[in-house]
Amino acid sequence: MKIAVPIKFVPDLVEELTIDPSGTALDTTWLRLIINELDDHAVEQAVLLKERGGGDVTVLAAEADGVDDFLFTAAAKGADRLIKLTGDFSTADNHALGRAFADVIKELQPDLILTGVQAHNDLDGSIGPLLAEYLGLPYVGYVAGITPGGDKVIARKEYAGGLVAEVEVKLPAVLGIQAAEQPPRYVAYSKIRQIMGTAKIEERPLGALESGGGVMIERMFQPEAAERATMLEGSPEDVADKLVGLFKELGTL
Amino acid sequence: MSQDIFVVIEHLRGQVAEVSYAMLAGARQLSKADNGEVVAVLLGHNAQGLAHDLAADRVIYVDHPALAEFTSDAYQIVLAGLIQEHSPRAVLFGHSSIGMDLASSLSAKLGIPVVNSCRTFTEDGKFVSQICGGKIMVEGALPAPAALATMIPGGYKTEQGQSAQTPPLTPASAAGLDNLRVAVKQYIEPDTSDVDISKETMLVSIGRGIQNKDNIELANELAQALGCALSASRPVVDQGWLPTTRLVGKSGKHVKPKIYLALGISGAPEHVEGMGESETIVAVNTDPNAPIFNIAKYGTTIDMFDLLPVLIDKVKQAK
Ligand SMILES: Cc1cc2nc3c(=O)[nH]c(=O)nc-3n(C[C@H](O)[C@H](O)[C@H](O)COP(=O)(O)OP(=O)(O)OC[C@H]3O[C@@H](n4cnc5c(N)ncnc54)[C@H](O)[C@@H]3O)c2cc1C
Ligand SMILES: Nc1ncnc2c1ncn2[C@@H]1O[C@H](COP(=O)(O)O)[C@@H](O)[C@H]1O
Repeated sequence: MKIAVPIKFVPDLVEELTIDPSGTALDTTWLRLIINELDDHAVEQAVLLKERGGGDVTVLAAEADGVDDFLFTAAAKGADRLIKLTGDFSTADNHALGRAFADVIKELQPDLILTGVQAHNDLDGSIGPLLAEYLGLPYVGYVAGITPGGDKVIARKEYAGGLVAEVEVKLPAVLGIQAAEQPPRYVAYSKIRQIMGTAKIEERPLGALESGGGVMIERMFQPEAAERATMLEGSPEDVADKLVGLFKELGTL
Repeated sequence: MSQDIFVVIEHLRGQVAEVSYAMLAGARQLSKADNGEVVAVLLGHNAQGLAHDLAADRVIYVDHPALAEFTSDAYQIVLAGLIQEHSPRAVLFGHSSIGMDLASSLSAKLGIPVVNSCRTFTEDGKFVSQICGGKIMVEGALPAPAALATMIPGGYKTEQGQSAQTPPLTPASAAGLDNLRVAVKQYIEPDTSDVDISKETMLVSIGRGIQNKDNIELANELAQALGCALSASRPVVDQGWLPTTRLVGKSGKHVKPKIYLALGISGAPEHVEGMGESETIVAVNTDPNAPIFNIAKYGTTIDMFDLLPVLIDKVKQAK
């Protein structure tokens, strides 16, 4: 099975996010980008499918800080081809990225395209279903498990409360991954170093990508709490005492 | 071109999903900008009864055997037809397993912009979205002349989208539902052999801050001392450290305990969806900017590994 996995880099939420002086975008000065966690699951799921049933995996990414490392990591995990779209993506939204990915993926003629079901900074839609429509393919999201079967796959689609639907999808198709069947594997840095010597990142120059989704941001801000938490101060002992008092007061202890 | 706001009603196995009511409430707010009607769009098979408590001005009901179960393929075909025929001002979808299978594809198909993760709408036609794990809000005018939007819960109460009166229902027909590429084969029920975390009066809940599987024991010790169950956020379950039965949130259980003690949980919207209505939320998180502090009643930025051993001892003594 030929599998393509387009991935997206997103701001690391562990870092403090600040808003730039325009008030409509994140300040990128200190912004650290990391792989969208769900895309990492999509790569893992693709490699699992390859290991079980054969095939090849192509990982595609738009140029960003840290993307090369991620692509080599994917190769160390088992990806066969690495493609990097190069150009200016500073104003590219998901519609623009989806179109760019669609053009390149078309040539690959994959049976299956796996994306993360969302990225935390998606605003003008999500890459998976956009891509599906640009490619004229069916899309099923919230998938946590795939069983291949000829010209179809069974995708396990999650609903609220732990309910799962087994959904049959005709190939080729785009699936939005919620979680791989096992946590993304860890690969030793020595192995990544080794692969850097042999694996090649193919570059596809795209020039400047304009936004295409038609959503304009007028104001970006940090959420204001209706009533922010009362902070319990002091040493761990002090805080533990306060918590025990609270548990007693509320009748759970 | 009309000024009506369409709401795609989500339902599964005979039950309307709660987000549908939040969408109806959001649509009501939005309809004030241009004096449109709130129109519930219900797709299904023998499902018209689901319309009875929808707070909509009217319902468009499409009945077809191929719509008996939700599939992205069949829903997209029917909705694309309805949107082209009626040209509504906006169409609202849940930011959910159903709505997210539809909204972006329809945006690409119809050339209508889509706005993700809307939490509220304003009377003057603006969307307010919550992104970046709940850390950032974004506001803007809803794209004109038409827009699609996905909605997250939390901005409106369920009751605001419910009505004691059944809205008038107009049947519409569906075509082109042969040769579908997606089909539901069967449902797999959630496991019921473990404790039901939605029935506990108190939960000790752990997030990625717990760091590894070995540390689960520490949290478990606290839960046992308190005589309550252990629950978790998604990363903990995805790592296989706790079973899916313990998952709280959008894809897990919805819980409303007296006390929800969140340890190392950031408070992402998908998590809050499942525990936001707990009576008292207490959060332990080293990041003072973590969104969990916006919904917690009490909080501390003490490292949980400094707090837990002391807290376990004190709880044991207090008994
Ligand atoms: C479609 C979809 C469905 C989802 N469904 C769910 C769901 O049902 N439930 C769910 O929970 N998530 C769900 N998610 C995932 C959700 O988006 C978040 O990624 C997740 O909730 C984050 O979990 P977390 O808070 O444990 O981890 P993080 O966001 O990584 O937060 C960890 C927190 O721990 C704190 N911390 C670290 N070390 C310590 C320490 N020593 N002491 C104290 N604090 C510490 C950090 O400051 C941080 O705030 C879903 C996502 C998607 C896309
Ligand atoms: N499972 C993994 N094993 C080894 N390296 C990884 C793995 N996942 C991500 N990475 C690499 O670590 C980089 C930064 O991720 P993070 O450590 O989360 O900031 C990524 O860009 C990858 O190159």
